[in-house]
Amino acid sequence: MTTKKLTVQELARIRERTKALTVLREGAGRAKVTVHMGTCGIAAGARGIMDALLQEIESRGVPDVIVTTSGCAGLCNREPMATVEIKDRPPVKYVQLTPEKMRRILAEHVLEGRVVAEYALAVGSETMY
Amino acid sequence: MKHARTHLLVCAGTGCVSCGAFALKEALEKEIVGRGLQDEALVVATGCNGFCERGPIVMVHPEGIFYQRLTPEDVPFLVEEHFLKGRPVKKFMYVPPAEATPVPKMADIDFFKHQRLIALRNRGRIDPERIEEYIAYDGYEGLAKALAEMTPEAIITEIADSGLRGRGGAGFPTGRKWALCSQEKASPKYIICNGDEGDPGAFMDRSILEADPHAVIEGMVIGARAIGAGKGFLYIRDEYPLAVQRMGIALGQARELGLLGTDILGTGFDFDLEIVRGAGAFVSGEETALIASIEGQRAYPRQRPPYPAQHGLWGQPTVINNVETWANVPSIVRRGAAWFAGLGTETSKGTKVFSLVGKINNTGLVEVPMGISLREIIYGIGGGIPGGREFKAIQIGGPSGGCIPRDLLDLAVDYESLTGAGAMMGSGGMIVMDEDTCMVDIALYFLRFTQEESCGKCAPCRLGTRQMAGILARIAAGEGTDDDLRKLEELAVTVKQGALCGLGQTAPNPVLSTLQYFRDEYEAHIRDRRCPALVCKSLITYFIEPDKCVGCLLCLKACPVNAVSGERKQVHVIDQAACIKCGACFNVCPPKVRAVSKTTGEEGRS
Repeated sequence: MTTKKLTVQELARIRERTKALTVLREGAGRAKVTVHMGTCGIAAGARGIMDALLQEIESRGVPDVIVTTSGCAGLCNREPMATVEIKDRPPVKYVQLTPEKMRRILAEHVLEGRVVAEYALAVGSETMY
Repeated sequence: MKHARTHLLVCAGTGCVSCGAFALKEALEKEIVGRGLQDEALVVATGCNGFCERGPIVMVHPEGIFYQRLTPEDVPFLVEEHFLKGRPVKKFMYVPPAEATPVPKMADIDFFKHQRLIALRNRGRIDPERIEEYIAYDGYEGLAKALAEMTPEAIITEIADSGLRGRGGAGFPTGRKWALCSQEKASPKYIICNGDEGDPGAFMDRSILEADPHAVIEGMVIGARAIGAGKGFLYIRDEYPLAVQRMGIALGQARELGLLGTDILGTGFDFDLEIVRGAGAFVSGEETALIASIEGQRAYPRQRPPYPAQHGLWGQPTVINNVETWANVPSIVRRGAAWFAGLGTETSKGTKVFSLVGKINNTGLVEVPMGISLREIIYGIGGGIPGGREFKAIQIGGPSGGCIPRDLLDLAVDYESLTGAGAMMGSGGMIVMDEDTCMVDIALYFLRFTQEESCGKCAPCRLGTRQMAGILARIAAGEGTDDDLRKLEELAVTVKQGALCGLGQTAPNPVLSTLQYFRDEYEAHIRDRRCPALVCKSLITYFIEPDKCVGCLLCLKACPVNAVSGERKQVHVIDQAACIKCGACFNVCPPKVRAVSKTTGEEGRS
């Protein structure tokens, strides 16, 4: 916390800086990435996918991307998996991920809206909360 | 802190704290570290979430999942399932009464979805001990606007146009109060926050102070700017240690960021606040008594006028508003008077916070738009009466308020309608009563309360409440006469008209309203020596029905005064002369036997 006395402009800057908090608590991000973390996902390396995703979000400074986990999606042989949901678009499931693939998906799909077709399993499926 | 992907908001209002919220928070933090999730999951203690009935409560974001009645033992399973594997745990979710399916999200739960939050807008969603979280939710934006863009006159006009009225009881228009004070020439002027909430069953102000202390601070700085005050006081009763503690932290953080002190936000405005801890006398909530208390004198009210706006703290012009009133101010300035005035009724704008207690399924704190019906509050939000019992009355406004009967359930709640029905808005306590409540007993309870809390300065209140309580006690004991009712009414009117301050002037309301709506119950006590609700001990009899008693000895062992005699497999008998009517035998008799009965009046046997 800064100990400097605030001006009106600096107050607005604190608000900007803390936006991640309100985005997350209101569940109102620009996109949601769900990392599948059933036992199969964890065994196949979902933890590394999650770490890569969170690090990338932090280093790129894009706090309005919501990250959640889910259980097994039923395709245990294609784990680790993640689902990307962008508002008003069908969700996209990605399979057999690596940290490198996850970073690329964040950059291209989540942030720029271009589906990384070569890693995708299918477009459109059940949504989850 | 890294970018946490999930936030766990543990309710740490006094209600949840008393059922183990801090132990739960510790268990969560420990388990999260144990699972290596400490960089991903942030555990936050918030103020009161409102649904106290279901505490301890944890809200999980971004999903918005509402977990309730959690214990530290539930934590390992919850952390593994939800926070690691992403499977929300149904068994910890809320299941509405009489339904089988849990409701996962807070926004879908009936208790929450009919509410409209302004004063409580940050409840359960921010950490009240971190100013950044308040700022994140537009905190101090209203202050920045007021200081940088508005003249003091414009602030007062905004508040006046919003239609905001005092939330502490009488409902005086806040804008007018500020205007009166700003016109005074004398200097210095003062700002006071009345946090001496004393009504039995009311906890609105405590929850606001605990959940969102900065909202009160921001409101007060705006008010200070409007009237030209340089110093303010937060009078908080000492029975609210958590509120005092959190307010102290909030004041320190606000000072550190220059939101209090000199040259606030670089605009050249100076103002600071100080906490005064009240010693917990009910009368201290009366504004002139509260001012005397801050001055270091005994909390005695004095005659008004002059009003504090002209002649207040140390004789200087003073604006005193209640906690909830102050908490509304930042949103009004930020979002505009028209937005606020768009909510509510013709005469009462915005929302009101009520503490919903008594015989109601969803005990808790609710904020609803003015004009909502009592039925919506009690059945829509409160979930109705437990145990399939019938609604009888709702006591609104605490010891100053009155009991409103079933016929008036569709009454639209605002200042005028409640006063017209013999109750009053008061600070917002709502006590729901079912058919097992005796109205004479309730009136006696409140009269005893006001009699004990009467400061004794004026005769009508000091003597009148004592006489009234005496008569009520006599009626409850089955020794009343018809003339007692006449005397009671005469005294009530005298006290109402003659008492010096609001405490005395409103003290007869519980009696007058119960006499108005439940006169037959008084008459049953007097003429038939009956208590229809089976409450007043002098008028009820416990009796063991010989044909039902199986001689199990349970009631005999439970009786604290050995009034039950009998042997195993033989019918037990209660010695009526020794019986103290505690009901232990009644409660302990097995449901399939039900040999102990409770009767009153003529039906009573001895």
